[in-house]
Amino acid sequence: MEELNKILKIKNNQSVDLKDINIFSYTNFYQIVINLLKQHENHCLNYFAYKTSKGLHFIMAIGDDKSHNILLLSHILKSDEKPELKSLTKEIFALHIFEREIHENFGVNFIEHPWQKPVRFAHNRADKKMQINDYPFYSIKSEELHEVGVGPIHAGIIEPGHFRFICNGENVLHLEIQLGWQHRGIEELFLDKENNLQRNLLAENIAGDTVIGHTTAFAQTIEALADKHLSEQRHIERALALELERIAIHTGDISALCTDIAYHFGSNVFGILRTAIINFTQFWCGNRFGKSLIRLGGTHFPFTEELKVELLNVILKFEKQFEEMIDITFRLPSVQNRFDFIGIISPEQAQTIGTVGLSARMSQIERDIRVTHPNIAYQKFHYETITAEKGDVFARFLLKKKEIRKSIAWIRNVMENYKFDASPDEKPNYQLELQPNRFAISLVEAWRGEVCHCAISDEYGKLKHYKIKDPSMHNWKALELSLRNVEISDFPINNKSYNLSYCGHDL
Amino acid sequence: MISLLLILISALFFVGIVTKLKAKIAARKMPSIFQPLYDVIRLFKKGTVYSPVTSIIFKVAPILYFSSILSAVFFIPFAGEAGLLSFYGDFVFFAYLLAIGKFLMIIAAMDTGSGFEGMGANREALYSMLVEPAFFILAGSVALFTNNISFNELFANLHISTNLSYTIGIASIYVLFYIAMVENSRMPVDDPKTHLELTMVHEVMVLDNSGFDLALIHIATWLKFAIYGSLISNFFIKSDWNIYEQIAIYLGVQFIFACLVGIVEAFKARNKMNKNPQWIIVLSAIAVVTFLTALIITQKITLH
Repeated sequence: MEELNKILKIKNNQSVDLKDINIFSYTNFYQIVINLLKQHENHCLNYFAYKTSKGLHFIMAIGDDKSHNILLLSHILKSDEKPELKSLTKEIFALHIFEREIHENFGVNFIEHPWQKPVRFAHNRADKKMQINDYPFYSIKSEELHEVGVGPIHAGIIEPGHFRFICNGENVLHLEIQLGWQHRGIEELFLDKENNLQRNLLAENIAGDTVIGHTTAFAQTIEALADKHLSEQRHIERALALELERIAIHTGDISALCTDIAYHFGSNVFGILRTAIINFTQFWCGNRFGKSLIRLGGTHFPFTEELKVELLNVILKFEKQFEEMIDITFRLPSVQNRFDFIGIISPEQAQTIGTVGLSARMSQIERDIRVTHPNIAYQKFHYETITAEKGDVFARFLLKKKEIRKSIAWIRNVMENYKFDASPDEKPNYQLELQPNRFAISLVEAWRGEVCHCAISDEYGKLKHYKIKDPSMHNWKALELSLRNVEISDFPINNKSYNLSYCGHDL
Repeated sequence: MISLLLILISALFFVGIVTKLKAKIAARKMPSIFQPLYDVIRLFKKGTVYSPVTSIIFKVAPILYFSSILSAVFFIPFAGEAGLLSFYGDFVFFAYLLAIGKFLMIIAAMDTGSGFEGMGANREALYSMLVEPAFFILAGSVALFTNNISFNELFANLHISTNLSYTIGIASIYVLFYIAMVENSRMPVDDPKTHLELTMVHEVMVLDNSGFDLALIHIATWLKFAIYGSLISNFFIKSDWNIYEQIAIYLGVQFIFACLVGIVEAFKARNKMNKNPQWIIVLSAIAVVTFLTALIITQKITLH
């Protein structure tokens, strides 16, 4: 197809001139997107709109897992046109959340969209009359069914979110998740704060459990926009921190899963093990979650040969205890019995709703940014992705275990084959000059899945638009589907096995 | 009288021991063995909050629940000596005293009108209903075996000597142990430690109770544990021992029982909710085996 050749193809962490992104007519855009996304190797990374003098400018980024490219295409809705577009959701269901978001923020009506529900009740939404308490829940009128509402305030220390179950006795027929209680307007804040250090700190606080993931994506985006190239070691350090974060959070998740099934032995031991890893991060940079470690244009905390010795010690100890405990846990019949065949997502379902990261890999879909769109660190030290088969809670449990092992192996590989240089030549640089009129995109495989940051600069080299996508955006739907025809008492372990982000979604 | 005193004493420490052991196994810092006591004292000092949608049922249920359990304690014999109250067929009365307390808690939970509590009440009712046959078949087979039907004589005449009677002894203790777990909403049926409303059974029913009422409910749980511990200890204690031996063995059995509860809870994950009924019915099945054994021993049926 001739149109396909006009699509701009870039690599991860690159920036392009805004003019180079081809603007299609909506009819063409519609056709191209459907053709592209019907192929399984492609998935939508981000689809957003921003206001320009001409009208609304829409940009879609599609990740091609085979050719390792990112395809960029756009269309414009002029301000004098009626804000109506034909919905893509009917053909490509995975786009439902993006269209809902655009509808909420700009009031664009997507014709034939199944239900343009509000996503997060953003401060800058188009329809201010719509309040968070008036969320239009799906309901079924029936004598036999009852509704159970949980949240937004929960019994445990977790983030706010409302879950509405429609149940037939103990069985859940339908679950709807309403988010938005954590909305802070982070994307707007990125534009308000002109100081890059402030932006850097903001990025660390997008989601408290994905500090490294989001901050790396932010740093890479802005560096791409400023055309700043860092040394190889900086990239490897970031990847190292990312893998440590993955190990820590996965171990914590396994611990929390044990808590939810009342296996306190496992719960405590994995909790203790997680501490060893985050304590190393603290030893490295002074913060257990890696805040202040990743900075624009450099770092205050270069990785040294002494740290290497310490890290090798920590993971050696961790690995020994982890292997012992994981073996006991996975062989325990009552644990297997509790996790097996609960909350199954088939590969077809996962593909349809466009899951990413762990939630995709649990259903045999090999979707992993470290492999498909690697940055310099993963180009030098390869990572092979792993998948699970069944897509149930057990598969997610199993995958977390295997990913921890893989991450440890990757870290070992780096430790053995890379010589770290402690000379502090690359200090953070917050005065980076952004190139005008450019678009930059960065993808990072955080522990939950792909984090995607996009930034657009205006003609003076200032940030004009900043767009964040947390993997939870895609994956909340998977949790909703997992609960179909599952007992309501199995909700907590399902929820925990995904461990999706509320504030990452609400922004 | 001595039975009542012993039960009250062991009730005070039972949950403390369970918690302490669980913490020890799970490599946690242990709370004091008196922590449950402190908690209850704290609750007694607090005022009680009632939701405006509740009626008188919700207010009286905890007191009635507590008193029903306390009166059940009066029927427990000790080493061949009758409890404070004892009459012909008193174990049926005993079982339904416990049941009436539970019934009151269930309707009190329904009274709050909360979606969660209704769910918990529904589950608790189902499990209590399923566990009832296990208790009666078991008591029936011991009654058949000893040819007595009051608690006191039942145990006084229980002579475990032959191989077959060991079967009855072991199976009874096993079934009683797990009946105690189900009745007290412990693992593997329910997890008393969970914070997840959707998976709770007993805990969710008492979500609205506070202060004085909640303290009574906690004490009732301790008593229930001690009651089942006493029943189990009666299988071991012989009436011809001197009183100090008996008391020592009694406390020993209660202690081991508490430890076993702790160990079972620490090394196991809980059941899937929909596997629970099946699991409880297994208890009844084991009770039936005891019953058949009793029939064989008493030669009501003969094997060829």
